[in-house]
Amino acid sequence: MSESTEVAATAQTGAVVSGASASLWSDAWRELYRRVTFWVAVVILLFMGLLATVPSLFTSLGPNGRCDVRQAKLRPASWNPFGGGPHPFGTDTHGCDYWAQMVHGTRAPIIVGFLVTGIALALAIGLGSLSGYYGRLLDTVLSRITDIFFGLPLLLGAVVILTAFPSHGVLTESFVLGLLWWPTMTRLMRGQVLSIRDADYVQAARMLGARDTRIMVRHILPNAVAPVFVYAMLNVGVVIGYEATLDYLGVGLQYPTVSWGLQLSQAQEIFTDYPYLLIYPAVFLTATVLSFLLLGDAVRDALDPKLR
Amino acid sequence: MADEILCVRDVTKHFPLTRGVVFQHEIGQVKAVDGVSFELRKGETLGLVGESGCGKSTLARLLMGVERPTSGSVHFEDRDVSSLSKAELRRLRRRMQLVMQDPYTSLNPRMTVGDIVGEPFAIHGDPEGGRRTRVRELLEIVGLEPDHVNRYPHQFSGGQRQRIGIARALALRPDVIICDEPVSALDVSVQAQVMNLLADLQREFGLSYVFIAHDLAVVRHISDRVAVMYLGKIVEIGDEEQIYDHPTHPYTQALLAAVPVPDPTKRTGQIVLEGDVPSPTDPPSGCRFRTRCWKAEEICAAEEPALKVRTGRSAHPSACHFAAESGRS
Repeated sequence: MSESTEVAATAQTGAVVSGASASLWSDAWRELYRRVTFWVAVVILLFMGLLATVPSLFTSLGPNGRCDVRQAKLRPASWNPFGGGPHPFGTDTHGCDYWAQMVHGTRAPIIVGFLVTGIALALAIGLGSLSGYYGRLLDTVLSRITDIFFGLPLLLGAVVILTAFPSHGVLTESFVLGLLWWPTMTRLMRGQVLSIRDADYVQAARMLGARDTRIMVRHILPNAVAPVFVYAMLNVGVVIGYEATLDYLGVGLQYPTVSWGLQLSQAQEIFTDYPYLLIYPAVFLTATVLSFLLLGDAVRDALDPKLR
Repeated sequence: MADEILCVRDVTKHFPLTRGVVFQHEIGQVKAVDGVSFELRKGETLGLVGESGCGKSTLARLLMGVERPTSGSVHFEDRDVSSLSKAELRRLRRRMQLVMQDPYTSLNPRMTVGDIVGEPFAIHGDPEGGRRTRVRELLEIVGLEPDHVNRYPHQFSGGQRQRIGIARALALRPDVIICDEPVSALDVSVQAQVMNLLADLQREFGLSYVFIAHDLAVVRHISDRVAVMYLGKIVEIGDEEQIYDHPTHPYTQALLAAVPVPDPTKRTGQIVLEGDVPSPTDPPSGCRFRTRCWKAEEICAAEEPALKVRTGRSAHPSACHFAAESGRS
C-alpha cells in the first residue's frame, strides 16, 4: 500500500484503513509461522506421518518380521538409539526388533485417529448445521438422539461393541469409535450455527435474497466451523489415546496388527523388569497426542482474527 | 397517488408470548406494531422517529417482507409484499434494500469487502461491465478506496463499515432503501458524513428512503416528511416544517423539547416526561400516551384518538384529542 493512496483514503473517510490486505488463511499462516510450539508439533507429526506412510525408510524389517523367540527381551545396548548394535531399541517378548515394531505400530493409531475424527466431523457438521439452522421439530429430534448417544459411556460402549465383534480391523474399530464420538462435536456445531443464524450479516444476506444453501455455505459455515475444526484437530490426539487404551485392554486391534497400544499390552506384566518395553511406546504415544493438542491450540489462536 | 412507491395500510404485528416447554400456551401478545399507515412517495425521505421499543425495527422488517404482518398490508407499487412468493420476494430485493443499524455486526467478518459488496451480484446475476468493475465503482461512490476490495471488515472504522453496508444496499440499484438507524452506532462527527453521503446518493440516484431514527435532530437534516411513533402507533405525521415548527401532539412536543440546544439560555418550554414507556404487552386503554401526558383527561382513557387532521393552523394528522401547537399550558 503506497502512502499516497493511504492519504487519499484518509481524506475521503477521515480514518486510515489499518493492516495489510490479506486473506484469513494467509493471516493465520503468518501468525503460525512465528510460533515455536507450532513448529515443534509439526516436526513431530511429520516424523510420525513418515513412519506411518513409508516405514521402509526407517527399517528393513516388515511388521513382526524375523522374530526369534531365542532373542526375546534383549535390552537395548544403550539408551542412545544411535549407539549401533543390531537392535537399537532391544527386542520385545517375542524376540522382534523393537524399533521395527515401533515404526510399524505408528500406522494403525494414526489412521484410527483421523478416520474417527473424520467420521465424527462429517456427522457433526451435517447434523449440527441442520439442527441449528432449521430448528423446530428437526432440532428437537436430532438433539434428543444426540442426548441418547451422550448417555452411552464412550469407553464402555466401545469395549462392549468391539467385544461383540471380536474379529475387527482398523476400519471396524474406527467406525465404532466414530459412531460414539460425534455427539460432542455435533453439539458444538449446533451451538455455533445457532448463534450465527441470527447474526446481522446473515439477516443482511437474507434480505439481499440469498437462498438457504448460499447462507449456509458462505455465511454460516465459514464462521461456525473454525472452533469445530480446532476441536477436531485436538481430538485426533485424544482418539489416538483411546485407541491405545482399547488395544491395551485387549479389545482393540489384535495380533498380527502392530500398534503402540498392543506393545504396551504385551509389556504390562513385565515392565518393572524391562522398563524400555513400556517407555518407548509410551514416549511415541505421548509425543503424538501432545503434538496434536499443541497444533490444535496454535491453529485456534491463529484463526481468530480478533486475537491478533 | 401515482407517485407512491410504498404504501402501508393499517399494518399490525403481534408476537405471541408463550410459556412452557412441552405444552406451550399463549399468555399474551407483544403488540410491536399496532395499526400503522403511511405512504412513501418516489424520491422522498420519510423519517420515522420513536424511542427504543416503539416498533420501528419491526416495522422495517415488515416493509422488507421478512416478517409477515398479523393484519393489514404493505404494498410496494401495486403488489402486496406479504403475499409474494419466495421467488417474487427475491425479485423485490432488487428494488428495496436495507441499511442496518450496527456496522460492526452487519458485515460477515470472514468475507472481503469485495465479496460483501459483490454478494448482491452473486445472488442476482452479474451486472454489465463485470462484477469487479462494478464493485470498485460502488466503493468509490460511497467514498472508499477501491483498492481496498481485498480487505476485511475488521480493518475498517465504524463509519467506513457503514459505507460498505450502504454500497451493498446500493449494488442492485434499488428504488427504496430502508435505513434502520444507520447512524446511531456512529460518532457524531461520522454521523454527519454518513448522512451527507445518503443525501448525495438520493440526489444522484433518485432514491426513496424510509429513515428510522430515535433522534428527531438526526432525521430533520434529511427528511421531507416525518412520522413520530409511540408504542407501535404513529402519533403524528407531517412535513418537516409541520413537525418541527408546529408540532401538535404532546409526545412530539416533548421529544422536540428534549433535543439539546447549543445555547442553554435560549432553551424554552422544557418538558420532562415522567415514567417509562408502558409495556407493549399491555398498552394503556384509549390513548397510549395518556399515562405520561400532562393534558390527559377522561376521554383519553375511554376513546382512542384517531390519527387525523385536527383543526388548527397546521393541517397535518395528529393522534391527540387535544392537539394544539402550544406546549405545556
